[in-house]
Amino acid sequence: MSRFVKVLAVALMVLLIAGGLWAASKSIQVIGSTTVFPIAQACAERFMDINKDVNISVKGGGSGVGIAALLDGTCDIAISSRPMKVEEINKGKERGVNPVAHVIALDGIAIVVHPSNPLEGLTVEQVRNIYSGKINNWKEVGGRDMKIVVVSRDSASGTYEAFHELVLKKEKLRDDAMLLASNRAVATTIAQTEGAIGYIGLGYLSPSVKSLKIDGVMPSKETVINKSYKLARSLYMYTNGEPKGLLKSFIDFVLSPEGQKIVEEQGFVPVK
Amino acid sequence: MGEKLAKTIILTSAFLSIAALMGVSVMLFKEGIPFFLRVSPLDFLLGGSWHPTYNPPEFGILPIVIGTIVVTFGALLVGIPLGLASATYLAFFAPLSLREVLKPILEILACIPSVVYGFFGMVILGPLIIKLFSVSVGLNAFNASLVLGIMIVPLVTSTAEDAMSLVPYDLLEASYALGATKWRTIVYVVVPTAWPGILSSILLGMGRAIGETMTVLMVAGGAASIPRSIFDPVRTMTATIAAEMGEAPFRSLHYHALFAIGAILFLITVLLNFVAERFAKRMIFQ
Repeated sequence: MSRFVKVLAVALMVLLIAGGLWAASKSIQVIGSTTVFPIAQACAERFMDINKDVNISVKGGGSGVGIAALLDGTCDIAISSRPMKVEEINKGKERGVNPVAHVIALDGIAIVVHPSNPLEGLTVEQVRNIYSGKINNWKEVGGRDMKIVVVSRDSASGTYEAFHELVLKKEKLRDDAMLLASNRAVATTIAQTEGAIGYIGLGYLSPSVKSLKIDGVMPSKETVINKSYKLARSLYMYTNGEPKGLLKSFIDFVLSPEGQKIVEEQGFVPVK
Repeated sequence: MGEKLAKTIILTSAFLSIAALMGVSVMLFKEGIPFFLRVSPLDFLLGGSWHPTYNPPEFGILPIVIGTIVVTFGALLVGIPLGLASATYLAFFAPLSLREVLKPILEILACIPSVVYGFFGMVILGPLIIKLFSVSVGLNAFNASLVLGIMIVPLVTSTAEDAMSLVPYDLLEASYALGATKWRTIVYVVVPTAWPGILSSILLGMGRAIGETMTVLMVAGGAASIPRSIFDPVRTMTATIAAEMGEAPFRSLHYHALFAIGAILFLITVLLNFVAERFAKRMIFQ
């Protein structure tokens, strides 16, 4: 008898779960950049809390993967940490896809050093030369006579990707650069190491590290928004045509004050 | 009915672990081999620079292999003496009451998640190393060796202690009867008899040190260049895979290269375990 009850209970649970999935038939597929992923994921969770009958699935894979999926029609929103390339837009036109860009957040990178470092600022080119191995001592950029300890991030991180694109350009990262696995780890190491230089997302700045002016501009929310700070980029959501219905309400949610608060919580700079 | 069910469950779970192992090895080699169709194994193993995301990419893992070797042997230098000494103490010198306290403590040490060890190495050991040795970086091969060395102590201790306790009592008594001291007995009777077990404990510790990922990712510093001293930051094979797999495009050359590293690591650990197992078996049949 008891076994029968158990079987019945399991069957009932399966039915309930399946039913739940069935009910959430209004769904949105989001695919793309691992940088934008945490923003999209957190926004989707909050959005689904408010609208119980909506199901949003967010997948990573990289900006290119997301854009390809949008052009193939296999996702509703592509998240990307770079604007679409001309070839991608042309490819879309051939297939009748008309991608529309929505800038949902800004990503700023601060160059940080140990608090005891007397240096005030560097140019983008000096930072590039430090990271490519052409400059090895702080005195070469007007600082103390001390070896520069170069700290970088793993190539899987969005911050590395942004740094690579905004600072290194085509240059190769020096071999002896340290590789750390998180913004937090970089901040901790810089705070402990007198000769160190590193880069972290704006959201991770703290008094234990000193951020440098880049080309004379101090990194901050304001300088990123007014585009005077150079080490910043936009993060995008792409839709096919102007979003309508459910898609529109999700994008509007991301751009709403509540959505932009999530952007800030994830360590990025809100658009407004 | 109940027994049959239990039997089936046990059989399935035993089979599942074999299937998982098979799956892992098939996957590793299936995804790793395509890499060697495009890059020669010699360039891969002896190449001095690792720049997988550049154009054109460079896939030389020599600095990473050397980093792995340096950290592993450093860990053995720290962990083996500590482990064997505490095994000897536990097996022959510790009073029963103390032994009953020490063994559980060692087991707890073995249960601490590696990320906690990594945190310890990063926040406490790192700054200490900078101060004590006046070097420029605290996250380096030395730091990783120390932390990994401490991590392998419980494994080495418990395996070696098992081997030492298995030495037949007749042998010990014969030695004592001849007037040998406890220390002489350990050196001339216990160690030679338990040697296969001791060696297998060392090999197991080595396997653990090579395979450890999170800790070295956090404390070794991660520079993919050949270290000039033990105070230089290094990168290991495991840390490379963990750090880069997330963003390597699916089925790209970079992705296959990471699997190739994984396959090499897999071969090394299987070989170590196999040898360790052989020694442990020889011990039992003696």
